Amino acid sequence: MSTRPIADLVVPKAGQNVWLVTLSAAAMAFLAVFALALSMSAARLADSWAQALSETATVRIAAQPDEIEAQTAQVLEVLRTTPGIAAATVMAQSDQAALLEPWLGPDLPLDMLPLPRLIEVTEFGGGPDRQGLRLRLAAEAPGAVYDDHTRWRRPLVQAASRLQSFALLSLVLIGGVMTAIVTLAASVALSANRQVIRVLRLVGARDRFIARAFVRRISRRALAGAGVGTALGMAALLALPDPASAVPVLAGIGFHGLSWLWPLSIPALTFVLAWSSSMATAFHILRGVT
Amino acid sequence: MISLDAVSHDYGGGALFRDVTVQVEPGSFYFLTGPSGAGKSTFMKICYGELKPSSGSVTLLKRDLAAMSRDDLAGVRERIGVVHQDCSFLDHLTLAQNVALPLTATGRPISGSDLDDLMGWVGLTDRADAKPPTLSGGERQRAALARAIVAGPSVLLADEPTGNLDWEMSQRLLMLIIELNRMGTAVVIATHDLTLIRFAKAQVQARVMRIAGRKLQLAGAEL
Repeated sequence: MSTRPIADLVVPKAGQNVWLVTLSAAAMAFLAVFALALSMSAARLADSWAQALSETATVRIAAQPDEIEAQTAQVLEVLRTTPGIAAATVMAQSDQAALLEPWLGPDLPLDMLPLPRLIEVTEFGGGPDRQGLRLRLAAEAPGAVYDDHTRWRRPLVQAASRLQSFALLSLVLIGGVMTAIVTLAASVALSANRQVIRVLRLVGARDRFIARAFVRRISRRALAGAGVGTALGMAALLALPDPASAVPVLAGIGFHGLSWLWPLSIPALTFVLAWSSSMATAFHILRGVT
Repeated sequence: MISLDAVSHDYGGGALFRDVTVQVEPGSFYFLTGPSGAGKSTFMKICYGELKPSSGSVTLLKRDLAAMSRDDLAGVRERIGVVHQDCSFLDHLTLAQNVALPLTATGRPISGSDLDDLMGWVGLTDRADAKPPTLSGGERQRAALARAIVAGPSVLLADEPTGNLDWEMSQRLLMLIIELNRMGTAVVIATHDLTLIRFAKAQVQARVMRIAGRKLQLAGAEL
């Protein structure tokens, strides 16, 4: 007769909290998958926004109609001779119209409006010396303003970073709730089995053996529940619209490539969390049971 | 083995017994008797460390009870077999699993044939797979004895081990305990059954302690 099977059985299976840990772990793991996906997506979003906006700039030229062509030529010349500028292209009137169409409508006579001339600038290698470039533009073309998109980029990156912080905070809260549930379940299981503990103590069982008997069962339930919850969460993410679909907000949430391995850590972390919190609870309660 | 020095115990309503001093030597055989409520079970609980006395010192297997951690006490209990008066079991395990529990709980190997022998020794072979709630009082007491001795203890403490048994089974069980004592196990049996004590004294050199009037005395030859 092996000692392991009975050691696993010394705690009765029955109890009101049999499903509490499993279901809670499943629900928490499901939510954790989404929080993790949101966190990683937000990080990706922040990176891509920062990347995209940091490599482009715009020069806006607001001048009298008779001066605008001359200033445009001067600006292009300045840009051409400035280190860190890869390309500079005057935006076509049709492109400007496309930009304004959502606000002003499709039939706008742009040639009747005093619109500034826009030059799209592509930077490289960290971009130009912006302060020096602005001074040169002010001297050569007084109506030109160099806009490196900082005022757009900073709030966007901040928003994405904050979203990532919220997602990480959600993960911490989910872990906290899971810990609380496991602690409660361990506490209930031990309190409901004081007679079992008494018998085990009577036959010479040490606290570690008694605690493990309870903790092993609780942790296994947590692991099983978290496994199911994680699988469901990953399946739900796979079912979200394709990134190319018409729901761009939802389409960005998910994992890409090897990052799909990250959610697999959730059941393992849940097991570790359940093991450590229920072990601590068990030792605490066993101290009070003679 | 077990030494009590000037031990008194008080549950809050006055002392149950006072200044009890006794030493249980290896291989000795003691009966503990006295009227109901005199403190026999309390004395036994102190002897295996379930209770700490209100005053006095207790030494279990050369270790001071007052200074023992719970794990130290568990280590001591590995070597003290206890037949508790209420014969508590883990009701979801089979009888054989319950009997093997002292080995399971302390990580010691269990020999199936030894366990079978032991179950046969206490007459419970055909009840090995039964669950404790289905056992009679006598079967529970025999199973409790089997569990107490399965790990080969140095000391056996039995609180009313024959309380629910008929005379024939009581004699049989007592003979088993006497046999164990002859193999070197110290035995302390708490009982109010004087017939049982007389029967045992005819078989083995047993000393009788009596708790009465809050004192522990060695009983006279009238037993």
